[in-house]
Amino acid sequence: MAVAQAKQDLTETRIAALDMPGGAGWAAEARGAALSRLRAMGLPTRRDEYWKYTNPASLTQVDAPRAAVFHAGDEVPLYDGIDRLKIVFVDGVFDADASDDLSLEGVEIERLSDAMAKDIHWARDLFGVLETAGQTPVARPLAALNTAFATDGVVIRATGRVEKPISLVYLHRAETSDAILHHLVRVEEGADLTILENGPAAARFNKCMEISVADRAGFHHVRAQGRDHERRAATHMFARLGEESTYKSFTLTVNGVMTRNEHVIELTGDDAVAHVAGAAMGDGKTGDFHHDDTVFITHDAVNCESRQVFKKVLRNGAEGVFQGKILVKPDAQKTDGYQISQSLLLDEDSSFQAKPELEIYADDVSCSHGSTTGAIDETALFYLRSRGVPTEIATDLLVLAFLDEAIQEIEDARLADDIRLRLQQWLERRRKG
Amino acid sequence: MLSIKNLHVKLEEEDKQILKGVDLEVEAGKVHAIMGPNGSGKSTLSYVLSGRDGYEVTEGSATLEGEDLLDMEPEERAAAGLFLAFQYPVEIPGVGNMTFLRTALNAQRKARGEEEISAGDFLKLIRAKAKDLKIDADMLKRPVNVGFSGGEKKRNEILQMAMLEPKMCILDETDSGLDVDAMKLVSDGVNALRDEGRGFLVITHYQRLLDHIKPDVVHIMADGRIVKTGGPELALEVEQNGYADILNEVA
Ligand SMILES: Nc1ncnc2c1ncn2[C@@H]1O[C@H](COP(=O)(O)OP(=O)(O)O)[C@@H](O)[C@H]1O
Ligand SMILES: [Mg+2]
Repeated sequence: MAVAQAKQDLTETRIAALDMPGGAGWAAEARGAALSRLRAMGLPTRRDEYWKYTNPASLTQVDAPRAAVFHAGDEVPLYDGIDRLKIVFVDGVFDADASDDLSLEGVEIERLSDAMAKDIHWARDLFGVLETAGQTPVARPLAALNTAFATDGVVIRATGRVEKPISLVYLHRAETSDAILHHLVRVEEGADLTILENGPAAARFNKCMEISVADRAGFHHVRAQGRDHERRAATHMFARLGEESTYKSFTLTVNGVMTRNEHVIELTGDDAVAHVAGAAMGDGKTGDFHHDDTVFITHDAVNCESRQVFKKVLRNGAEGVFQGKILVKPDAQKTDGYQISQSLLLDEDSSFQAKPELEIYADDVSCSHGSTTGAIDETALFYLRSRGVPTEIATDLLVLAFLDEAIQEIEDARLADDIRLRLQQWLERRRKG
Repeated sequence: MLSIKNLHVKLEEEDKQILKGVDLEVEAGKVHAIMGPNGSGKSTLSYVLSGRDGYEVTEGSATLEGEDLLDMEPEERAAAGLFLAFQYPVEIPGVGNMTFLRTALNAQRKARGEEEISAGDFLKLIRAKAKDLKIDADMLKRPVNVGFSGGEKKRNEILQMAMLEPKMCILDETDSGLDVDAMKLVSDGVNALRDEGRGFLVITHYQRLLDHIKPDVVHIMADGRIVKTGGPELALEVEQNGYADILNEVA
């Protein structure tokens, strides 16, 4: 289908403003193919069904809209007490000095540009491959743009049980920075890896992570997107899971004028497990807030389990979106699919749109989904207040309780507690004004 | 301590008058009981005093140590020393019982300009009080009232009361749903708090509780009014003859 003229103009204008990084033959080929995909799809506009609830204009325009840098003051940084290997990016550029030494038992870590300069590299089988697969049945043009033009990233191959998490830290310093990062993660058979991410990254952030989880391997992911009020982000996690493998991902989002987080997961080996969770909290009083979780899970093997738990707390005109789909292919018998998306609206100015979808072609499956939008529990609120807890603190207690159902999805208790602490800090900061 | 004068209350949403002129004076150090048939307005009185939404005071006043209660937010009333043990304690999933109590205690202290209690002191205090009420560590850790039996919920109310040490305690049918042993625990908990500086308003349906918590004054409430006031013997009269005689007598 021909791309409409306006869409084509938008796409070409954007492409013209970007430079394609060099690399080995295979890398250039993959970049070129991604560019062709992008041209064929065109960048998204409000008219696209998949962008019905989220206006992509600020994500597709040439220049990143300005975003002030958030100063956390003397707050304890996230994951501070956790032994981890830090890899730091400043406005989307790898910072070797600020990062730890990239050597760690059981894992190989390289900068994307280094990997792509090599004529022979395993990354060839992953770079753009899961992204391409994830373009059907729904187009994800911002991910194709990412593959074509990503300027930096890391390439990680875990071959054993990696003793500490790899922590990607994204610092934002320049008010108009525009970062495009692409990471590749391959977890080999029986290996286990935890990736942490945190920070706003840039005024505008386009990030893509392709993750291949081999048979009996485990991938764990905990992310906290930065609190800079005006930052924008479009992220994609593309994952393919082998037999008896595990994929668990959690994302915390507080603040952010525009966030679209996509998860595209294919369960291709029998008995694989994929859990995706997210907790988002937005307050329109401290800046516009729009948060979109878009999930597409494909069951293509027997006896797999997928679980989606997304919770949002919205106030003062904050907007939340959830689009979640479970696709069960004809052979994916004994699929166990679960999806819940809930929002707590603290006032009538805030809004939540949900589009849960099930598409099932196998007969022996158990799939359920639910979506709710609710107000604060007035009875609980009164009970707390009657014990002397002021309304604002009582509300915060109920907010934390509500979001905790998503946080509980984090397996590692220390990481879960760190995320809770971050939320408490945010709420306290908010109360103090 | 608690002074209620000619209190008239209607529902906010509908034109229904529930309290039709309640007069009540609870002195410090005294236990007053209110008895009365279902629907007479006992819970409404307790809710209005603690500041629940949905009611409109059309006439009259309520003060705690001279301070106008009706003008305060629920949390201000609590900080001023008012406590209501709920007839139906509320379940709050996701909020730990300990977190809840520490937050409440510190918020009240802060409102009164006092120092916050340290985590260590709080722990010591709550463990001691919980032990008296046979509330185990597990119950303290669980979310507020979630999965608690009826009796456990009522004991948890008394634990909160013991921790917060209010000046004026209102107990709304704290005896309902309690077996004999739980009744004893709860009553002992209340009696332990009896003190010259503290007032109690015990709302109950039955004489049973009043065997354990001996009241100084007993009031009978019917159709939104206190229709009769007497000594402890009034509760016995109700126990033996029901409300019918008393209501006929005052009609
Ligand atoms: N929120 C409410 N909505 C409707 N009716 C109410 C409400 N609260 C109280 N009532 C009515 O007011 C009357 C008194 O109720 P209540 O105070 O619960 O009595 P008691 O505690 O003495 O049994 C009853 O008729 C009850 O149905
Ligand atoms: Mg009642």
